[in-house]
Amino acid sequence: MFGKLTIAAVPYDNPIVMSAVVFMALVMVVILGFITYYGKWTYLWKEWLTSLDHKKIGVMYIILAFVMLLRGLVDAVMMRAQQAMAVGASDGFLPPHHYDQIFSAHGTIMIVFMAMPFLTGLMNIVVPLQIGTRDVAFPFLNSVSLWLTVSGAALVLVSLVVGQFSTAGWTGYPPYSELKYSPGVGVDYWIWPLLISGVGTTMTGINFLVTLLMQRAPGMTLMKMPLFSWTALCTSILMVLAFPALTVVTALLGLDRYLGMHFFTNGGGGNMMNYANLFWIWGHPEVYIVILPAFGVYSEVVATFSSKRLFGYTSLVYATIVIALLSFTVWVHHFFTMGAGPNVNAVFGIATMIIAVPTGVKIFDWLLTMYRGRIRFTTPMLWTLGFIPTFAIGGMTGVLMAVPPADFMMHNSEFLVAHFHNMLIPGALFGYLAGYAYWFPKAFGFRLNEKWGRRAFWNWLLGFYLAFMPLYMLGFMGMPRRMEHYSNPEWQPYLLVAALGAFLIVIGIACLVIQLMVSIRERHLTRDLSGDPWDGRTLEWSTSSPPPVYNFAVLPVVKDIDAFMDMKEEGVAHRGQAGYEDIYLPRNTGVGFIMGGLSFLFGFAMIWHVWWAAIVLALLLLGMVIVRGSVDETEYRLSASEVEAIELTRSRVQEAARTERPPPGPYAPSLSSQV
Amino acid sequence: MSVSETTSIGLTPESESVPMNHERIKTFGFWVYLMSDAILFSLLFATYSAMSRNYAGGPTGKDLFDLYRALAETLLLLFSSVAYGFAMVSLIRGKRGLILLWLSVTFMLGLGFVVMEVSEFLGMIAQGAGPDRSGFLSAFFTLVGTHGLHVSIGLIWIVVMAAQLVAKGLTSSVRSRLLRLGMFWHFLDIVWIGIFSVVYLLGVM
Repeated sequence: MFGKLTIAAVPYDNPIVMSAVVFMALVMVVILGFITYYGKWTYLWKEWLTSLDHKKIGVMYIILAFVMLLRGLVDAVMMRAQQAMAVGASDGFLPPHHYDQIFSAHGTIMIVFMAMPFLTGLMNIVVPLQIGTRDVAFPFLNSVSLWLTVSGAALVLVSLVVGQFSTAGWTGYPPYSELKYSPGVGVDYWIWPLLISGVGTTMTGINFLVTLLMQRAPGMTLMKMPLFSWTALCTSILMVLAFPALTVVTALLGLDRYLGMHFFTNGGGGNMMNYANLFWIWGHPEVYIVILPAFGVYSEVVATFSSKRLFGYTSLVYATIVIALLSFTVWVHHFFTMGAGPNVNAVFGIATMIIAVPTGVKIFDWLLTMYRGRIRFTTPMLWTLGFIPTFAIGGMTGVLMAVPPADFMMHNSEFLVAHFHNMLIPGALFGYLAGYAYWFPKAFGFRLNEKWGRRAFWNWLLGFYLAFMPLYMLGFMGMPRRMEHYSNPEWQPYLLVAALGAFLIVIGIACLVIQLMVSIRERHLTRDLSGDPWDGRTLEWSTSSPPPVYNFAVLPVVKDIDAFMDMKEEGVAHRGQAGYEDIYLPRNTGVGFIMGGLSFLFGFAMIWHVWWAAIVLALLLLGMVIVRGSVDETEYRLSASEVEAIELTRSRVQEAARTERPPPGPYAPSLSSQV
Repeated sequence: MSVSETTSIGLTPESESVPMNHERIKTFGFWVYLMSDAILFSLLFATYSAMSRNYAGGPTGKDLFDLYRALAETLLLLFSSVAYGFAMVSLIRGKRGLILLWLSVTFMLGLGFVVMEVSEFLGMIAQGAGPDRSGFLSAFFTLVGTHGLHVSIGLIWIVVMAAQLVAKGLTSSVRSRLLRLGMFWHFLDIVWIGIFSVVYLLGVM
């Protein structure tokens, strides 16, 4: 009846897990209680869960990213604490089996359920506004993508309560991840979330690729597209081309585990080296999927807060394209030690080093944008400034590891752990946080608190160096990654420093939480009525904050790379518009949400081998696709007079705010800084 | 690219009616999906090629494959594509009855293909040559089975479209869905040509 699922699957004898469960349950109860108390269920359902508005979907993605960031952070802190104490006679506080689940969950969550939703959320909020369109190409698909991602994340969270997570690392290498060595449900709890959310991400890639190629505002040729949109385009292409590899590799591992096939087994003609290839054919482009949008954010932020046009726009675009192309030519550098032979390794090593060239071009473009600019040191700018040198260090260690003989020494050591955190934290997360602070006023109509933003930044930056620089040294000293216990006392001082760094990062994240609370409480002080709080250069700042549901009543006509700055200089930015027409907008629907819920249950049923439920749920999902695929009326009409009514109020408020310029506060743009 | 140039190749929506542009966007999106699906198949092909000699002491392609059966499957699938082509011709002429007729021919041929493939699979499993026998057979069943699964989904889609055609008539959305179904159906032919060459022809050599 319930497959492998029994009451024994709940680890009620494990105090660490159970306290986490109780904590999670309490948070849930509090949140649900608040919603009920304030009677917000209808609002939540009508305005958010069923919404097909790209801005709201983007916000929900970022909420998911923050929730998963907190979960991944707890994992990180536990690992750092364990390694700080588990030397020699001391065992630390985590048993090996639990520790292995934690590092597996940390990697999976941070990459697939923190970074991916964060960047997808930013793309959702910003891209349609930046290219001057009213929505993404496929609004319903967008909602399905969101809820598939949420259901994948929920499955990972549920593994804490019911059963256990994989102990095979975030890469799930066979043969260890095969049924013979991992007979429990752990690896299945890793496979199904990746499969489900992977489908969602592929659809996101298709959606944004089509949006960016087909729906740009009149006059916006590709070489007039803002840099963030360019990076979103390259990321979408990578999603479309790389995510099938993740689907294939997890599905094949699943076939091995569920149907006794021999893709990656030791015996029976299996070939586990094929797993490494397939996994990293997805895995390496994935690195650029998460990093490129952050590069886009930095490009926007650095131009806006230097009050200058981006230096070397064309070279930045080509560098982005070259990075996207090269990302498919380097996957073997993740397993030089597998033994592909010196010639193959040399080719992939050189290809890897070549990627440093376009990345270097970008670094110089950003630096030269700042050169002789009037720099405003806002929070987004601080994240950017922290990123540049830190990322350069990470890049250099990457070039070091691209040399196969050197890689043979550092493979699977703490040096590698330091290297990829050094790429992904400044290269991706700092960028997302910069984007979060930069576009927050656009999404919500008020700015984030600067003081707490700066505190978060400095704690993060210092914490990052303290947490990861010692790991480079530990790598040189020969410490392997993923150690639950070690006997070399010389390593401990470095690990203590790393634990201190992790502690500072926790303070940094606490500052982010406080920043959000303070900003909401004091929103009347930072209200942005002008729609253009930073003296922005691109189209998203030309509409109000938050934008009306249709974004633009009349689609803007673009003449320049910095379209909005160009309009402001020409004096046509806010000229009253006439001739409104009817606008067609996607009608809300709960189908995406329900499909996400069904996918969650389907994944759960598959993990626990509850076949009858899995079949029923799969048929239900198919039925929903058929029913939705037969609906013709998916849009509603906003008549020209309704649009005009909204526009009149909107432009009155925006106009009033604009004449009061410059708004208060030391970080407000000064009009004289316009070049 | 100048502004007028973009307009001339139709990338700006202003010159077109809204529904027309919607259909173009959907078609392009479907092409991108097919590309992504092609990557999925190419990875399965690569996996099959890497494992095509991993017999683990079990039967080989020479022992198992019947080229005449594969040829018959090929003919069924290719003729189903021809029949779909006739359905599209009838679509252009706006003859609903003929579309339904050709759709049912397509369906029957496609169903014949799936039945033959399933019986081939069942026969192999009965001989002890199931997907759990060897790496080679795992890769074979997965590659060919994934294609067969796609064809089966295509069959369900044909039924759904026939029902829509009956219930709604030849509306613009039904038209455009039929167009995309056609892209999907022909795409599966191309994949099958690859399977016939790489799996069956090379397999018996």
